[in-house]
Amino acid sequence: MNIHEYQGKEILKHYGVRIQEGIVAESPEKAVEAAKKIMAETNSKFVVVKSQIHAGGRGKGKIRGTEQRGVQLAKSVDEVRDITKNIIGNVLVTHQTGPEGKKVNKVLVAQDVYYPGASEPKEYYIGILLDRARACNVIMASTEGGMDIEEVAEKSPEKIVKEWVDPAIGLQPFQVRNLAFALGLKGDAFKEMVKFISALYRAYVETDSSMFEINPVLKTSDDKILAVDAKVNLDDNALYRHPDLQNLRDITEEDPLEVEATANDLNYVKLDGNVGCMVNGAGLAMATMDIIKLSGGEPANFLDVGGGANAKTVEAGFRIILKDPNVKAILINIFGGIVRGDRVATGVVEAYKAIGDIKVPIIVRLQGTNAEEGARIIDESGLKVFSAVQLKDAAEKVKQVLAGQA
Amino acid sequence: MSVLVNKNSKVIVQGFTGSEGTFHAQQMIEYGTNVVGGVTPGKGGQSHLDRPVFNTVKEAVEQAGADVSIIFVPPAFASDAIMEAADAGIKVIICITEGIPTKDMMVAKEYISGKDVRLIGPNCPGVMTAEECKVGIMPGFIFKKGTIGIVSKSGTLTYEAVDQLSKVGLGQTTAIGIGGDPIIGTTTKEAVELLMNDPETEAIVMIGEIGGGMEAEAARWVKADGNRKPVVGFIAGQTAPKGRRMGHAGAIIGGADDTAAAKMRIMAECGIHVVESPALIGETMLKALGRN
Repeated sequence: MNIHEYQGKEILKHYGVRIQEGIVAESPEKAVEAAKKIMAETNSKFVVVKSQIHAGGRGKGKIRGTEQRGVQLAKSVDEVRDITKNIIGNVLVTHQTGPEGKKVNKVLVAQDVYYPGASEPKEYYIGILLDRARACNVIMASTEGGMDIEEVAEKSPEKIVKEWVDPAIGLQPFQVRNLAFALGLKGDAFKEMVKFISALYRAYVETDSSMFEINPVLKTSDDKILAVDAKVNLDDNALYRHPDLQNLRDITEEDPLEVEATANDLNYVKLDGNVGCMVNGAGLAMATMDIIKLSGGEPANFLDVGGGANAKTVEAGFRIILKDPNVKAILINIFGGIVRGDRVATGVVEAYKAIGDIKVPIIVRLQGTNAEEGARIIDESGLKVFSAVQLKDAAEKVKQVLAGQA
Repeated sequence: MSVLVNKNSKVIVQGFTGSEGTFHAQQMIEYGTNVVGGVTPGKGGQSHLDRPVFNTVKEAVEQAGADVSIIFVPPAFASDAIMEAADAGIKVIICITEGIPTKDMMVAKEYISGKDVRLIGPNCPGVMTAEECKVGIMPGFIFKKGTIGIVSKSGTLTYEAVDQLSKVGLGQTTAIGIGGDPIIGTTTKEAVELLMNDPETEAIVMIGEIGGGMEAEAARWVKADGNRKPVVGFIAGQTAPKGRRMGHAGAIIGGADDTAAAKMRIMAECGIHVVESPALIGETMLKALGRN
């Protein structure tokens, strides 16, 4: 599960990680109020207004149709009001949102941490994630803060240092020192960084996170180390033991169809294509998307109905797929192991009748237990549904339907 | 021969008396698997499906001689069940449970790493040795005894492959569902290696999906090992977008190496017969064996 920057920072702070402080606001008035408070506390005229959406690249991204950046330094209360007015309620387009962008509902009004002082501020990168090959967590640190880390990994991999954490014994102090020294820090900044990384790792483990990306981590001009941004990803499988973190879910950040699917216990991901699909099993669902592409279409979605495909789940799946106006055909691909083909076929026919007027052609491929019986039920239903038993036949039918021959 | 499980395997079911455990234990018994009992803490001494229920895996090993365990325990307790089985001396642990927190699996994998045990899964359909022994949830009727081994991250896609093989007249030795989670007990490479070293297995189907580097690792091993047997490979998720989890917790494209295209390219370079369409697994295997 993804959460917002401001939520991620609250978690970090709770575990003793120093952060760029801020107040979240949902209107220009609230933003102004927040700015005044922060300006008084920091004794500064500057604050930063940061759009809160679940996507990166906000600093370079622009509000659609304007030159307004997603993250901007405001040098007065009036500027805070103007910038926030430009942002809230509008759509921010970044390299991660794609051209459709994301609507901004909230901004984080944050303290300006790049103030002048005894030394130059310097940005770093720190990430924590699972190293799948080694089956343990890895902490990555780089002097190239503020940069896209994948780009750094490609162009100058020597600038990324890593420490792998033994799952049995946990993170050791020497590993943290290795990282802090590798970043070229000394004195107070070194000690601060050791504290920062130790607390950060503790936060990662105790919240069952699946990814932390703190980019940038800032060394301020007075040698404090703090998180300026926080990308936090939580392990969905572990959310059951963190009821407080479950509340951080922001469904306005999710596709409404995906929210509806989740409510129906369906695993659905909206895509941009023209052929919808409904499949049992995640691997077969991905393979079905691939078949659609090879047949000349583009998958409109990923949809795994799971092990218990019945009339109810099939109907819920139909309704969700049909809400996508791009869908020109639907391919249902069920490999009945435990699920019986005739049952699924009956489910499809019932769901079809319950929904009524389905305008797009439907191809049903049933295989496995009672597959032939299922195909007969489909064929005899009198509905505009094409049945197939072999996956190859299904692909061929998709091709014909898209070519308008069926 | 065959690998991992056969007609001599003495299988116990952890989570025996639960609804999933009961249903699938029954199916396994019907297929002919030697299910010697099950474990449900607190229900020891009872009888279920005409077989003894034990409180601990240790008792099941001592009293029923169990050497294989299949786990249907809910996600919150599954990593504990894995460790208990390993501690009790079970040799092959097959964990079906989906949804185990990554942190728990990290600990369980570390715990079993020094022990003489093989973990298959979690989040997998299990292991099936055709017409001998089913330790999993795969539909038995699609299998036919033969010479093709299968390694797959996915459930229904495995059935698809098996079904296609059976329909073109190619039976199977063992199908190993390794699971779709980011941390699993047996990697693609390890499963392929088991089949490569099995004298009864003549060729291998290897089915992967987006995310992680296991298929590339397996492909490189197949090549380094001298391509001793034909391998047909498919990667699901050629059309999956970046950064979205496609059902399985491990099926997500992070970096460039996670994509289906990257994996398929490496597999082809390593001499694997890569199919673009999952509908062509059976046919391609026939060709790879020179029998079309």
